[in-house]
Parts: sequence; structure tokens; C-alpha cells
Amino acid sequence: MKAAWLIAVALCMLGGVPARALDANGQLEDAALQARFENIAKDLRCLVCQNESIADSNVELASDLRRQVREMLVAGKSDDEIFDFMTDRYGAFVRFNPPVDRKTVLIWGAPFIVLLLGVGIIVRIVRGRSRMPLDDEPSPGPL
Amino acid sequence: MWKFLLPFAAFIALVVLFAFGLNPKRDIHALPSPLIGKPAPSIALTDVMDPTRPVNNSEFKGQVYIVNVWGTWCQACREEHEALLEIAQQKVVPIIGLVYQDQRDKAKLWLEQLGNPYTAVAFDTDGRTAIDWGVYGAPETFLVDSRGRIVYKFISPMTPEVWQREFLPRIAAARGAGA
Repeated sequence: MKAAWLIAVALCMLGGVPARALDANGQLEDAALQARFENIAKDLRCLVCQNESIADSNVELASDLRRQVREMLVAGKSDDEIFDFMTDRYGAFVRFNPPVDRKTVLIWGAPFIVLLLGVGIIVRIVRGRSRMPLDDEPSPGPL
Repeated sequence: MWKFLLPFAAFIALVVLFAFGLNPKRDIHALPSPLIGKPAPSIALTDVMDPTRPVNNSEFKGQVYIVNVWGTWCQACREEHEALLEIAQQKVVPIIGLVYQDQRDKAKLWLEQLGNPYTAVAFDTDGRTAIDWGVYGAPETFLVDSRGRIVYKFISPMTPEVWQREFLPRIAAARGAGA
């Protein structure tokens, strides 16, 4: 009984493949190109629904951009050329993983800056405490 | 002293941050275009009214002109139409329309019923011209100077106030740029 239940749950999970809009114009014949296509599409922001990638979005702009990426791949363009094409038109915001440059260095560096700040604060607190006199001896008083 | 000043300074910093970040007048979907200052991409399409008539922005070379992206599916385009008609009447600059993600018949009907403020209306059949212009919605309005460079992009419905405040001064400057 338990086994049957587990199998049912497993089957449900198998059925839950995330929905994708990638198949709009069918797959690319070349599996390597298709893999590159999926990677690029995942990293390009759909600017209409800004938290979705063009791989996930169903709006017309996303399908136009997917067509553009496919055509450029078939034409033998490199990934960088395709990303450049998109950033030239839509700005660095079009990428979910923008390259580190003068404009994005603060964003990429922010976690490390915050980490350093946190470490600094902890060091200060610990040092301050270690200088305090030990006063945790039991106080002589009526029990 | 620092113990009190520091949290207070942090509080002020947050207030300033939120004043900018949460300003309801700021359109969070409006993205700065990387095309500002760059040569305007070419428009080589056909007229929405007549598929045999070409519309090329190269014909407007040497002039300051406006490119207005619209579609009949776009509610905000309907809102700005009145303002565009008014602006067209002033005959300050040519206005090129770019019909985006639409059907020719619908766009034609729209212009016949509501009036046509455009000097020419290009019909973008497959969205390629729109991609070149970095269009991601409608309405979007571009200003091109006499050297053929995009000098300004406005993402929102056009209004007479926006025209007065944002466009007219820039048009005057754009005219000077090419002289």
C-alpha cells in the first residue's frame, strides 16, 4: 500500500515538468545548437514581463527574440555576438547574467562588500566582549 | 554620540532611497535605451495604407523627425492618439508611425476612424525593425536629429505637456546639431 502511494507521488512529480515556451518554432535540428539556444534564451530577459526569460515567456516580443537567436545561431554567430546584438538594442538589463564591467561591478561586488562589513562588525563585537571583565561568578547573596 | 548619529544617518539614507525608488511617478518598466546618441536603425518597410508604397526613414535624412511605435491592441496608444493629432497639426516635424505586432487591416481602420497624424506609417510585418530599435512595447516615441542620431526616447503615452516639456526643447537643439 505504501509502495503504491510512493509510486503515485513519483508519477505526479514526473508529470510536473516545467512548462516552456521554447517550442514556438520547433527545435533546431542540430542538438548542440539547440543546447546553446536554450542557454542563451534562459539568460535573456523578456522586457515585457521583466522577471521572465524569453525561454519562459509567451508574449510576442519573446517569440520574436527567440526567432532572432535561432537565426543567428544557424547563421554561425557566436554566443557573444548574439548577446552583444541584444545588449546593443536593449541594454545590459536584457541579460540575467550581465558581464562584469564598470557599470555592473557594484552589483556583482555588493555581496562581498556586505560580507566584509558583516565580518568587520562581528570582529568588533567579539573583541569588545573579550576585553570585558569576567563577571559570571555566582553572586554571593541569599538563595 | 556615534551610537545615535549612525542609526539616524542610516534612516535618512533610507528615506532618500525610498523617495527615489518608490516614487509612484517613476515608471519602473521604462528602461533607458542604449540607442540614445547612436545612428537611428533603418526603417525599410511598406506603408500600412498601401503595401506597394515603401516607407524608408532614409528619406528623412537631414531632417529632425519623430518615430512613434503603436498598435491597435495598445490601449495607451489610443489614449495618446488625440495628442498626436494635435502635434501633427503644429507641423513641427514629420512623424513616422511604426505599426508593431498588428494586422494591416486593423491599423488601416484605426487611422481611417480616428484620423491620421503620421507623415508616413510603416507596417512592421515581423517585428524585426522593432527589435533593431530596441522596442519592447507601445507606445514608444523616438526623436531623431538632423544627423540621423536618436537623441531621445519616450516610453509612455504622448501628451501635449510631454510634447512641450520634453520634445520641443530637444527638437530645437536637434536642429542646431545638424547645422
